[in-house]
Amino acid sequence: MTTAGIDMGAQVVKVVVVNDGQILARSMAPTGFEPLEAAQKALDEAIKQARISRDDIKSIVATGAGRKAATFADKVLTEVTADAKGTTWLLPSVRTIIDIGAEEARGISCDAEGKVLDFAKNDKCAAGAGAFVESMARALELKVPEMIELSLKSTKEAPINATCAVFAESEVVSLIHAKVEKADIAHAVHDAIGSRVSSMVRRIPVEKDVALIGGVANNAAIADAMKKHLEVDIVVPENPQFVSALGAALSAAS
Amino acid sequence: MTTEYFRWTEYAWKDPDKDWRKAETLVSGIDVGSVSSQAAILADGELYCYCNTRTGSNSPESARNALNMALEGTGIKAEDLKYIVGTGYGRVNIPMSNKAITEIACHARGANFMGGPSIRTILDMGGQDLKGIHCDERGKVTQFLMNDKCAAGTGRGMEVMAELLQVPIIEVGEMSLDVPEEPPPVSSTCVIFAKSEAIGLLRSGWTKNMVFAAYCSAMAHRVVGLLERIGIEKDFTITGGISKNIGVTSRLLKELGVESIPLGPDPQIAGALGAALFARDLFLKSQK
Repeated sequence: MTTAGIDMGAQVVKVVVVNDGQILARSMAPTGFEPLEAAQKALDEAIKQARISRDDIKSIVATGAGRKAATFADKVLTEVTADAKGTTWLLPSVRTIIDIGAEEARGISCDAEGKVLDFAKNDKCAAGAGAFVESMARALELKVPEMIELSLKSTKEAPINATCAVFAESEVVSLIHAKVEKADIAHAVHDAIGSRVSSMVRRIPVEKDVALIGGVANNAAIADAMKKHLEVDIVVPENPQFVSALGAALSAAS
Repeated sequence: MTTEYFRWTEYAWKDPDKDWRKAETLVSGIDVGSVSSQAAILADGELYCYCNTRTGSNSPESARNALNMALEGTGIKAEDLKYIVGTGYGRVNIPMSNKAITEIACHARGANFMGGPSIRTILDMGGQDLKGIHCDERGKVTQFLMNDKCAAGTGRGMEVMAELLQVPIIEVGEMSLDVPEEPPPVSSTCVIFAKSEAIGLLRSGWTKNMVFAAYCSAMAHRVVGLLERIGIEKDFTITGGISKNIGVTSRLLKELGVESIPLGPDPQIAGALGAALFARDLFLKSQK
């Protein structure tokens, strides 16, 4: 049976099409101000990629913060359930999932079947999510990939208090004025978000294996910071930003 | 050069009817806040002059600037000041100060001086902080509560919105009251998210006034949440930069169902004035 999962993220809509335990297509589109349009666009793209027709898709499940906007979906699923389902399908040994998206971060504890046992998330606050990284990159006048690369060249610690993205932006500007190396500031930014997300995740039991998913999981500097602060090895699956949509697609099949 | 909409005009004031030369003691309080700095000078226990400036990149320089600006044109030299108390976010880093005192104590003391002994609850809405303070009839702090470091509900948050909508910050309050009907508040939890929400609302046809109304009411709502945790005892008053934003204060007072005692000459100097009052006490004590 062919099914689709749609993850209506705050910044990007992701679609995954699966057929009998095989991924046929992945696509995404910026959410923008018309999330339904973005969802249609991403779905059309996935259908094209999979070389199937719309009628071949027997069921569509939507997840993500804006899931209700995907009015054409047959069912909706919470992000927490979708994360657990998608991650354990890809990496069956995972018991703790950390999902860092553009506007939200979650820590999820699950069993071998992908059943959610416990979870924690940040209260709507940019300081613990991708939005933080983006505003810091803007303050540094760098693109996010450039900031990640520079961060790896850091040699010194720089102080950044990452409790609020708005205040951290002023801190970054002051550090630039104080002639602190951009590489060290970039490193401090990643370390700060790693520390903040880790303390949120510690509210649930952290058991091995630990996986990092969501769009921010592509940021190697943050993955490193998470490892350091949680004092545990962390696996990042391929295409980590599609895991939630994958979980939704898998649940549509069952 | 691009316009900086968040910028407000710096200013200084001095009492035209007083002659400081007749005063026995001159003391000063300097409040180096995260966004603005003030200096206040007392001549024999009465407010003689003060100023309000923007905080620069470092505390010592900001303190020096504030003091120089307050003294400018008065003929008072820094060495004429018998005692200086520093307060605010940068208080430990004010080189010319004789002592540092927390801004909570100073705000209560300054509000008591300006608003009178009936003040029991002070809401300080500063650049980076929100504080609820209870004090007694002498302006001594009995209890206080602060927000976590978060821009929502602070002056810095308002600057971000003014900048986004490209409206001088001083006009935001009035504009927010000029709306056909009160819109629902925007997300009150994070300025970064409120910013994306505001962009979406503008795109969907909301006017700037409506967006400001939604933001001011979100801010008011957040502050009410903080105040409810500490409780309000009358009389109530508001200090800090946001106390001058009628869009926030009118909504806040309506939601709380209380009135606010106006603080003259300037609710933004409560910290510096309180510091100056402490400076006078400390100086007189040292002379005994």
